Amino acid sequence: MSSFDTSNIKSPWILHYDTGSCNGCDIEVLACLTPLYDVERFGILNVGNPRHADILVITGAANKRSARVLRNLYEQMPDPKMVVAVGICAVSGGVLHNCYNVLGGVDKVIPVDVYVPGCAARPEAIIDGIVLALQKIPEKRKLLKSREAKTA
Amino acid sequence: MFLNSGNTVLIVFMAVFVAPLIGGLLMGIDRILSARLQGRIGPPILQPFYDMMKLMSKKPISGTKIQIICVFVYLVSMILSLVLLMTGQDLLVMVLVLAMGSIFFILGGFSVKSPYSNIGAQREILQVLAYEPLIIFYVVAIYLKTGSFMTFKVFELKDPLLYSMPLFVVALIIIMVIKLRKSPFDLSTSHHAHQELVKGITTELSGRHLAVIELVHMYEMALLMVLAMLLFATNLWIGLALGLFCLFATIVIDNITARLTWSDMLRFAWKIGVPITALNLAVIYYFSIIKK
Repeated sequence: MSSFDTSNIKSPWILHYDTGSCNGCDIEVLACLTPLYDVERFGILNVGNPRHADILVITGAANKRSARVLRNLYEQMPDPKMVVAVGICAVSGGVLHNCYNVLGGVDKVIPVDVYVPGCAARPEAIIDGIVLALQKIPEKRKLLKSREAKTA
Repeated sequence: MFLNSGNTVLIVFMAVFVAPLIGGLLMGIDRILSARLQGRIGPPILQPFYDMMKLMSKKPISGTKIQIICVFVYLVSMILSLVLLMTGQDLLVMVLVLAMGSIFFILGGFSVKSPYSNIGAQREILQVLAYEPLIIFYVVAIYLKTGSFMTFKVFELKDPLLYSMPLFVVALIIIMVIKLRKSPFDLSTSHHAHQELVKGITTELSGRHLAVIELVHMYEMALLMVLAMLLFATNLWIGLALGLFCLFATIVIDNITARLTWSDMLRFAWKIGVPITALNLAVIYYFSIIKK
């Protein structure tokens, strides 16, 4: 593993976006930052700027209003980027799946790398999901490189 | 002592390559200390280096070309001012080079369309306006004591500057809080997981361009340490301890205060910082007249 891969794993900056959840999962995401779970010991920071973010954490089902914003945020993040869908609504739409304005899970709008089900997802599960996303980053870097080589 | 040629090469090498390593370690200590003050464990001490390596490996989405050029000018001027300071050159030139870098950083912030970046740049101007008089007074006080603007004259003094300019320790802490963009004055951009105007003046920077800004912060940290060391130039270890004390005070202030507005910052720096330093200046001047 190159030093770039190591530092990618050691310093994930997270952007959190709520596509329309009930705030249950949002509270659990924020709970990860508190002294009890303290995700900063893994170098994880919560940033508010997609340009600085590495991992997009989404809570809530994708709906017609938020899909455009979600796509915009995803496109503004620099590669390699990972997407973690937190909560059953973000995974599949959950109880809201057959609402008239709901498209379904977040993966209907942007590609998702890790699914963290739960209502609400527990902080431990969210941290597990992010660790899983981190393990996939070297793979993704390789994929991006090969794709770049093909287009060049 | 500072100007013989073999030494100079070594000192320039230290300023360019060793100083950012020390600055990065200090940033790591800063993050651990902040976490401990908040009842958390905090990241590893090498975290700033991991952050920088990660940013280097990312594909940047650039705002404008002008901003990228400005960011690199900011880096070069910061390195240059540290080299000038450490090789014992003119302090006034050092301050001007430092200000030039800040101005390019601000121009870069203005060159992009993002309103967050623009407001951040405007606030950065105000931050420069707040700390610049304090640095100038610091330099003037050193001039009054040594009779020269050259830094190496400080090392020829018998008594350390601290004995005659004790109030400048307070000024240094104020400079550090504003210059390192710590609470309550983290207005133009912010550190750690704080957010202000999204990310203020650095909003449009990403990937390796943001890594350059991180690198500048490392040099900045080292520069402020050297500035503090000048106060106790007869024994640089005590000088370093003094610098670390100032940094520790800055971190504590960062963690116990909430963000204030830009007008509060100006009022604080000009109504408290400037009179304190001016008082110290007046005392130094009075004693220099008596001596004559």
